[in-house]
Amino acid sequence: MNTELTGIIVTFIITVLLAFPLGKYIAKVFSGEKTFLDFMKPVEHLIYRICGINPAQEMSWKQFLKAMLTINMLWLVYAFFMFLYQAHLPLNPDGNPNMTADLSFNTAISFVVNCDLQHYSGESGATYLTQLFVITFLQFVSAATGIACLVALFNGLKEKTTNNLGNFWSIFTKTITRILLPLCIVVAILLAFNGSPASYDGKDTIVTMQGDTVQVSRGPAAGMIAIKHLGTNGGGWFGANSAHPLENPNYFTNMLEVIGQVLIPMAMLFALGFYIKRKKFAYVIFGVMTMGILCLLIPTVISEIHGNPEIAKMGIAQATGAMEGKEVRFGPAASGYWSILTTVISTGSVNSMHDSSMPVSGLMQMLGMLVNGFYGGCGVGFLNYFIYIIIAVFISGLMVGRTPEFMGHKVEAREVKIAALVTLLSAFIVKGGAALATYYFVNHGNADWAVKPNAWLNNPGYHGFSEILYEFTSGNANNGSGFEGLGDNNIFWNVSTGFAMIFGRFLPIIGPVAIIGLMANKKYVPESAGTLKVDSLTFGMMTFAVIIIITALSYFPPLVLGPIAEYFSIH
Amino acid sequence: MKKYLLPSLKLTLVLIIICSVLYPLFIAAVSKLAPGGGKGETLKVNGKVVGYANIGQKFTADKYFWTRPSAVDYNAAGSAGSNMGPTNAEYLKQVQDRIDTFLVHNPSVKKEDIPAELVTASGSGLDPNVSPHGAYVQVARIAKARNISSEKVKALVVQQVQKPLLGLFGPEKVNILKLNIELDQLK
Repeated sequence: MNTELTGIIVTFIITVLLAFPLGKYIAKVFSGEKTFLDFMKPVEHLIYRICGINPAQEMSWKQFLKAMLTINMLWLVYAFFMFLYQAHLPLNPDGNPNMTADLSFNTAISFVVNCDLQHYSGESGATYLTQLFVITFLQFVSAATGIACLVALFNGLKEKTTNNLGNFWSIFTKTITRILLPLCIVVAILLAFNGSPASYDGKDTIVTMQGDTVQVSRGPAAGMIAIKHLGTNGGGWFGANSAHPLENPNYFTNMLEVIGQVLIPMAMLFALGFYIKRKKFAYVIFGVMTMGILCLLIPTVISEIHGNPEIAKMGIAQATGAMEGKEVRFGPAASGYWSILTTVISTGSVNSMHDSSMPVSGLMQMLGMLVNGFYGGCGVGFLNYFIYIIIAVFISGLMVGRTPEFMGHKVEAREVKIAALVTLLSAFIVKGGAALATYYFVNHGNADWAVKPNAWLNNPGYHGFSEILYEFTSGNANNGSGFEGLGDNNIFWNVSTGFAMIFGRFLPIIGPVAIIGLMANKKYVPESAGTLKVDSLTFGMMTFAVIIIITALSYFPPLVLGPIAEYFSIH
Repeated sequence: MKKYLLPSLKLTLVLIIICSVLYPLFIAAVSKLAPGGGKGETLKVNGKVVGYANIGQKFTADKYFWTRPSAVDYNAAGSAGSNMGPTNAEYLKQVQDRIDTFLVHNPSVKKEDIPAELVTASGSGLDPNVSPHGAYVQVARIAKARNISSEKVKALVVQQVQKPLLGLFGPEKVNILKLNIELDQLK
C-alpha cells in the first residue's frame, strides 16, 4: 500500500515539475519569442498561405468569437455526417455499423465541445476512419480552441487598453503545431513501446489456454490516447477507456496518462503569470486550485483504500481496497487519484469505473465537475475560474464600498451580469436536466421512444439518482466521464445531453471572452492605495470562498438525494 | 460569418491531413519497432499463440490460477465493467455467491483471506492481473489438482511476482496468463 501512496504523490510532483517549464515555453510561443521549435515556422506559414489567413490581422473580441464559432459549427456538421455514414466509408475492418441520427448528433457535439461523452463503445460503435478522421481530429482542434480562447483573455489582461485580443487563426494553429502535436508524438511513442496498439490491423481471433475462442479488438490507438489526455478530451479508443489493458497497459503508462491530462491546464496557469508579467497572481491561483483539489482527493483515496463496507460485512478483509470496477495494476490509490484529477480537469477518461466507486468518491467526482475550475480543461479551466474571479471582485467591491476594479479596469454591471448568467446557467442545466430525466423515469419509464423498459438505470435507489445527476453534471462540465450503468444510447439521453454539452461549452467561453473584451476596451485606471490587490493571498481565499458558496448553494439539494444519502445508508 | 467560412474550411482540411493522416501513420511506423510491432504483444507456447500478454483470459479450471470475474466474460472484442454501485443488493448477492464458490473450490482458505479482487469484477473486464496474495491463496488447490508439491507451485508464483514500477511506485501484481503458461511447464 505504501508504494501505491508514493506512486500518486510522485505523480503529482512530476506534474508540477513538468508544468512549470512548459508554462514558460507556452508564454514564449504566444509572445513570439524564440523557442527551440521555431523550425515549425515555415510549416505554419505554409498553412496560413494555403488557407488565406493573415496571421498579423488584429481581432476584436467579437471578431475573435465569430471566427471561433464559425469553424466549430463547420466541424459539427462534418462530424455528424461522418458518424451517420461511417459503415459505408473505408477503414472499417471490423465492419461496424452506422450510428443512428440521435447518436451521431450526441457524438458529434460531444467531440466538438471537448466533452467526449460516449454513448457508444469504440470497439463496436466507431470505425478506424471515424476514430482518426473525426474523433482524433476533433480532440486536437477542440483543445486548441479552448487554449486559443484563453490566450485571447491573456491578451486582454496584458495590455492597458486594447481592442485587439489577437488573431484566432494564428493562435489556434500555433497551439497545434507548437504545443499539442510535439507533446503528443512523445506520449504516443511511449505508449506504443509499452504495449498500446498503433497498427491499422483489425480484430484478431485467438483460442485461449482453456480452449475458448475470443476476439481481441485493436487499431491505431496510441496516437489517439495521447491527444485524448494532453487535450483533456477523455474519449477512449476502447469502451473501457483507460481501464483497458491496451489503452493503459501498466503503471508507467498510467502515470504518463494522468500526468499528460493535468499538464497543459496546469502549465497554462504558469504561462499566465509569465505572459502578463504577474507571476504572483498565477502562483496564488495555483495554490487555491491545488488546495481545492486536495480537499476532493484525500477523502476519495482514503475511502477507496478502505474498501466497500458492505463487502467488509461479508467477512472479506479487502487488503487491496475497493476493487469493483478497478484494475489490479493500478490499485485503489492510483484509481482514486485519477478519478479526481479527471473530473476537476475536464478530461473524463477513466482508469476505473466511477459507477462502482464508493459514495464519498462519487460525491467528490461530481463536485470536481460542478466547480470545473480547479485547473480545469485545456484553456476553459481558467476561463471558468475567471468567472469566479469576477464575482469575487464584485463582492469585494461591495464590501469596501468602491467600484470594483480588476487589474486596472472597472468591473461594471454588464460584466457582472454576464458572469452571473454563466454561473446560473450550469446550475440550470444540471438541475433542470436531472429533474426532467427523473420525471420521465418515474412517469414514462416504459416509453419506447425514449428508453426500452428496464434499460434506464443499472442500480436502484440513491445510486440510481446519482447516475442521472452524474450524466448531466458531466455533460454540462464537458467532462465526458459517466456512471456508465446508465442506459444512455437512446433518444432521450442523446438529445438532452447533446444540448447540455453545447450550452455548457460555448456560453462559458463566450462569457469570459466578452467580459475581457469589454474590460480591455475601458480606460486604464492606475493602481492606488485603495486598489484591490488581486494577487494577494486574501483575494485568493476570497475567490475560494466564492467558489464554495456558489457550489454549495447551487448543488447541495441534488447531492443530498444522491451520493450523500447513499453514504449514510451504509455508515 | 461568411468571411470566416472559407479559411475555416481550408484550415479544417489542412489539419485533417496533419492530425488524422500524417500523425497516426508516423506513430504506426515508429511502433513497428516496439514489442509486438504495434499490433499488441502476443505470448506463444510451442510456436502457437495462446493469448495477448496484456489481456486477461478466463481461467475457471481448478488446475489453473483463476483470473478475476469479468463483465464481458474475457472476450476482448468489447470491454466493460459491471457498473454495479457499492450498495446494490443484487450486486452484493453476486459477490456473496462468488465467495461461496471460492470456498467450495478452495476449502483450506479462510474467508477473510479471500482477496477482494477475486470476488469483484474489473474495470475493463479484461484485467490480466491479480495481487500476489490473490495467487498465493490458490496454491493449495492447484497443487492438489495437479498432484505436485505446493512448495513448487508457490516458488513459481514468487518468481512471477512483478515488483512495483522501479520498486517504488504502484502495487505488486502477477500476470495470470504468464503464470499459467509456466505452470503447464512445471513437472
